[in-house]
Amino acid sequence: MGEFKVHRVRFFDFMPSGIRCMAFNSKADRLALARLDGSVEIFNFSNNYFQEKVIPGNDSRSIEAICWVGCDRLFTAGLNGEVVEYDLERLCPKYTLDAFGGPIWTAACNSEETHFAFGCEDGSVKLFEILPDKIQFERNLDRQKGHSVQRILVDRGPAGTRNKDCVVWNVAFLSDYTIVSGDSAGKVQLWDANKGTLIKTHLVSKWDVLSLSVSENEDSIVAGTSEGTVVQFQLLSPKIGDTETQWVRTRTFKHHTHDVRAVTETRTAVVSGGLDTQLVICPLMDKVEVKSSESVLRKVIFPHRSLVSCAKKPSLLLFQFPDQLELWRLGGTDTIGKPGESLPVTRKPEKLLQLKRKGDDHICCSTISECGHWIAYSTVSSIRLYQLQCDNNNISITKVSKLPKVLRSAHQLQFSADSSKLFVASEQATIHVISVSRSECKHVHTFKPKSDVFLPTGSSAPVHLLAASADGQWLTSANRHCEINVYNLKKLKHHCMVPVYNSLPSAMAIHPETNNLLVTHADQQMFEFGIVDKQYTDWSRKLQKEGLHRCRLKWGTPVTHITFNPQAPSQVILHDMHMFCIIDQSLPLDGLKAQFYSQLTPKDTSETDKPRKNNALKICNKYQPLLHVNLLEDDWLVVVERPLIDIHSQLPAPVRQKKFGT
Amino acid sequence: MVEQGEIRVVRCGGSTINYRKAIFTLDSKYLLCTSGDMVKVYSTATEECVHVLQGHTNLVTGIALNPTNHLQVYSCSMDGTIKLWDFTDNILIKTFTVGYKLLALYTSKAHEGCVFVIIPKENDEALDSFQLVAVRLPKSSDQEVAATELSFVLNDVSQLPKCTSYGREGEFVASVKGLHLTVYFFRNQKTYRLSLNATPKKGANNIFTCVACHPKEDCIATGHEDGKIRLWRNFNRKKEYTHSTHHWHHSAVNDLSFTPEGTNLLSGGIESVLVQWRYGEETKKDFLPRLGAAIAHISTSPEGSLYCTSHSDNKITIIQSNLRVSAVIQGLVKGDNIKTDLMIDPRTKALVLNGKPGHLQFYSLQHDKQLYNLDIVQQEYINQSGLHQFDVVKAAFDAQGSWLATVEERKEKLADLEIQLKIWVYKDEMQSFVLNTTITSPHEDHITALCFCNTNETTMLVTTGRDGRFKAWVLGDDSDIYLEWSVGLNVILLQLDPLSENVAAFSCAAENSDLFVFRPNEPRPVYLQKNICQGSVQRAVFTPRDVPEENCSESSQWLNRSQLYFLTRDMDLMTFSTKTEEDRLTSSSKQLLIEENVPVTPFYLLLGKHRQAKLDAENGTLAAQVQLPQGSVAIKELLQTPAHVLPSATFLCTMFVNSLLISKDGKSEVPEEAEEEMESEKEEDETSDQEMDSQHKVKPEYFVEELVPKLSKKEERDLKRVRKTDYSWLCPFYGKLP
Repeated sequence: MGEFKVHRVRFFDFMPSGIRCMAFNSKADRLALARLDGSVEIFNFSNNYFQEKVIPGNDSRSIEAICWVGCDRLFTAGLNGEVVEYDLERLCPKYTLDAFGGPIWTAACNSEETHFAFGCEDGSVKLFEILPDKIQFERNLDRQKGHSVQRILVDRGPAGTRNKDCVVWNVAFLSDYTIVSGDSAGKVQLWDANKGTLIKTHLVSKWDVLSLSVSENEDSIVAGTSEGTVVQFQLLSPKIGDTETQWVRTRTFKHHTHDVRAVTETRTAVVSGGLDTQLVICPLMDKVEVKSSESVLRKVIFPHRSLVSCAKKPSLLLFQFPDQLELWRLGGTDTIGKPGESLPVTRKPEKLLQLKRKGDDHICCSTISECGHWIAYSTVSSIRLYQLQCDNNNISITKVSKLPKVLRSAHQLQFSADSSKLFVASEQATIHVISVSRSECKHVHTFKPKSDVFLPTGSSAPVHLLAASADGQWLTSANRHCEINVYNLKKLKHHCMVPVYNSLPSAMAIHPETNNLLVTHADQQMFEFGIVDKQYTDWSRKLQKEGLHRCRLKWGTPVTHITFNPQAPSQVILHDMHMFCIIDQSLPLDGLKAQFYSQLTPKDTSETDKPRKNNALKICNKYQPLLHVNLLEDDWLVVVERPLIDIHSQLPAPVRQKKFGT
Repeated sequence: MVEQGEIRVVRCGGSTINYRKAIFTLDSKYLLCTSGDMVKVYSTATEECVHVLQGHTNLVTGIALNPTNHLQVYSCSMDGTIKLWDFTDNILIKTFTVGYKLLALYTSKAHEGCVFVIIPKENDEALDSFQLVAVRLPKSSDQEVAATELSFVLNDVSQLPKCTSYGREGEFVASVKGLHLTVYFFRNQKTYRLSLNATPKKGANNIFTCVACHPKEDCIATGHEDGKIRLWRNFNRKKEYTHSTHHWHHSAVNDLSFTPEGTNLLSGGIESVLVQWRYGEETKKDFLPRLGAAIAHISTSPEGSLYCTSHSDNKITIIQSNLRVSAVIQGLVKGDNIKTDLMIDPRTKALVLNGKPGHLQFYSLQHDKQLYNLDIVQQEYINQSGLHQFDVVKAAFDAQGSWLATVEERKEKLADLEIQLKIWVYKDEMQSFVLNTTITSPHEDHITALCFCNTNETTMLVTTGRDGRFKAWVLGDDSDIYLEWSVGLNVILLQLDPLSENVAAFSCAAENSDLFVFRPNEPRPVYLQKNICQGSVQRAVFTPRDVPEENCSESSQWLNRSQLYFLTRDMDLMTFSTKTEEDRLTSSSKQLLIEENVPVTPFYLLLGKHRQAKLDAENGTLAAQVQLPQGSVAIKELLQTPAHVLPSATFLCTMFVNSLLISKDGKSEVPEEAEEEMESEKEEDETSDQEMDSQHKVKPEYFVEELVPKLSKKEERDLKRVRKTDYSWLCPFYGKLP
């Protein structure tokens, strides 16, 4: 089993944006992260560091500071001089407010969460009062008018850099009146705020110290530098049992290649992000109690959702970028080779279409229909539907101008298997069913969510995943409260609700023949739910009892796509960033501990290895990192890779560092 | 007259001084280091060896200052004893017999009356499991005490002393082995075990190599195989310990040491660079590069003004705290391979062999000291594995020691062999060899041998090469070679005594080496000794004695003219001696005598001189006036009686002056004459030697009385010989003389 011809696609030039700043909310155990393109991402740390929400960016928005208030209010401030509060359910800005001080460089909230302070370009600090539904300007601390208590001058760097100005990039104020500063001369300095005197200087870098963060109980400071290192300082007593303490430089982490623009410390890990676009969650082994998913170093590089849609019949791939869509036709070959051989490409892959979005808002979701005639995408403000005509080499695209008025913005778009219907998961948590045809585009029905959890605003949580069955009878939706609803499209009514599992669904699909719903969750669990029977299938129960092999769990990145093999209906193909695996539901499960046989090399399939073939799980990690895996017709497997080296080559050159031996 | 003893194999100097960490005395005036079975005391200012503390019968494995008396030092040895010494006066104070092989020694101020040693588990080294135990030293006035009260501290420690270190005020002990750091707190008797990951990632190798504890704070520094240094803090917690990593060394950190105040951390490794890290600001480092050889140990003086590094080439460098080298104590350089044979420089009588890479060292065997290094290759040695560099492979002196020829080779894989033949001439004004001629590629292939031949004024050099040629740079002569006799023997080394007909043959059988000394003209060996050392003998040489010895027994006659030195497999330089063990020991180290314990005063010096002269006199060389025996008793009484009961100083003075007058009787011219006769004596054949020996068996008194009036040349020689002989062994008996 499992012999495929593979399209190895490497022309998806997805480029994640660099990380600018982040804020950790320990009450909600969530990390908010702002990227250079103005997008905001929220990671749920208690749910396997899953990228729970993505608020798409906007060209006019650049974020310099991000701040939580309470459990669920998120504010950002940026160089456009505006303060934005976000609607974390609808994933869009709730309101914006001008601070009238020019570009805002920094923001902070007091510990009582009653006031905001924004540091502006004109040198003033604007104080805002936080009200339940908005923030309100209170006073302006001007450079001249403000009464400064202390004036601390940071000296220039070590010899050789004395003629350069020293910029203090970051300060932190501790409850014992210690001020920590990080500056462009590579120093982390500790000052006595009462006396305005220097306590200690730590030279941590030849370049800038760009970010600082103090842990919640103020016994640890982390600093990120331009060299890509993160340096930790800990408050330790020099003599054991002594009460006298001092800040000692302890660990150095080097997981970044570029500027570390943002660091923060959670209870168990140091989280850092920078211009090299990756979010690194580095566990502090001394704080981790048991060896678990918490004790693994994690690097988040790609979104935890699929950016690729595939039209199987015409072999088209639709790539979603923040500012455009690209439609590619896969290449082909005439030759037939042996297993393991790479075949020459006789027909080159072809970029059919590059569709720039309109307006400032970034694309948040997109899809292509199975037949390849329809493309739909949505931004925060609008949904667009395009009809594609492809005769021989002539491509023509027409925008469907008259969309039903109910369509404003979507969190997820999905065409039905026969391409006759478009399902739109709206920001109001409803699902609109739109029938699409060449002549017209008509609103058919709106499924109202049936949910146990209601938001304060009275509506239910918006849907982030949609799956339609191949026979066109069923539609399932999953929302961010982990609820999965099944709707009957024939009867246009709610069918049932899958029992709630306490982890976000990361991918789901309906089996084309058995109509069983297969769901994977952020914590790597997988369930199969019989839609007709309204209960979990026997296989699912067995899977829960015995578990899949631990190799499957090794990486800890969530499954982003599930597909089925039409040639062998028992096979399920699912993938995450590091590997794709084929699970044969007809074969016995091998449990967590069984000896694992890799299916990597073709020789494994030789006659002598027959007993090995009998595991349900086959893993292939030859292609990395994976953005998409799908099955086309005639046993063609399409694999979309985005090599990290390509991403690195597009980044600006890192600061020069002497490397030993060069 | 020397008491005749068995001929035995002894260590003769040239021993390692880098085996263990050297320690400074409290005033930094002296540096103590282990050296084979001895402890050497060097002056830090003059680099001279001031004392040699002898008494252990096996390898000394550790030394530590007595924390309660800074003029005393403890030493431990593989012979199972801990000895307490007074190193300023070279006196053995006490011997504690532990009964285990002791591998390392630690003292701590917090644990009075207690020392810590590392012993093999069940006293069996083969088990490769070692324990750190505390030995309670019993308070007893006896000189030899059995210390049997051992209390166990840590199990499974590394046998290397640098892998265990005592923390702030002796509150805890840290020990590293493999991937584990073990910390034991004495106060609450708790052990913490911190481990590192074994998985090699990105060339990391986390195996610990050494440990050092901060003297003032609770911080442990550890060195690792991959050159990293980790500073551990908060190690009294199960989980919340923390460590910071600093990386400068590119390969293993060999030793770490904090300065006494803990302001700096010193580290060293194969790079031969001493790195000084500022504690608390580890990004600031100072370096002392080009120390010549890999650093094996680092130690600091108690007041922090001096550091010292022991190097792999048997050298100790004393460094000021501003990182300037102030003194170098160089032992016999022990390279990997002695490619040149052991040679004797005819001029200085020094042993010549490979020293530092590319150098020849001249080592004085008489003074156990390196005379100088001659840079042959004259190229900077680059310390990098896999790099082939020029090395001296052959050297030869001419008979007068005015010419030296050396051959150096460099062979790189796939590249051609590079050979250089260099001729050096001795320049009197420079007191050194100066390069005279360089001949590149004298042969097509390796040079197998070279020798000088000086039959007349012109010096000739003959070289033979593996290219099948032999080149005489000036024509040489030949001699008849015929086979007279042969013996079936696995001879690995044959050495000719230049001053006699004796030939020494070393054979190796079953891990042990045997020595046969024979004369070419008779098949019966003159001397035979089995099991002289473990493994095969690498090199050997006969060195002419300054003063020939008088050994009458047939088996030891061959040692009279020359001394046979040899290098063992473990690069230990050994020789043969006839003196008994006590003899050797008493000659330099004195037992604890009341007289000896008196500090050196001018008074003592005078008396001492007097006694020495008296000794000579009494042994019957001179028919001088016999010294009144009461004199010595009086001195003894004088020193033992309390001052307040002594007669007045004026009375003493006259007595003292009198004694001086007596001893002055003309004997100073005799040695001069004897020395003039030295050369002629050497030419004399063995039969005359034997005659002299028989004369010596005559009762001394009688001999003296008869021959007083006229001193023949022979007697003068005898006299000289006797004078040179060491009579210090007589000291204990002296007082009992009537």
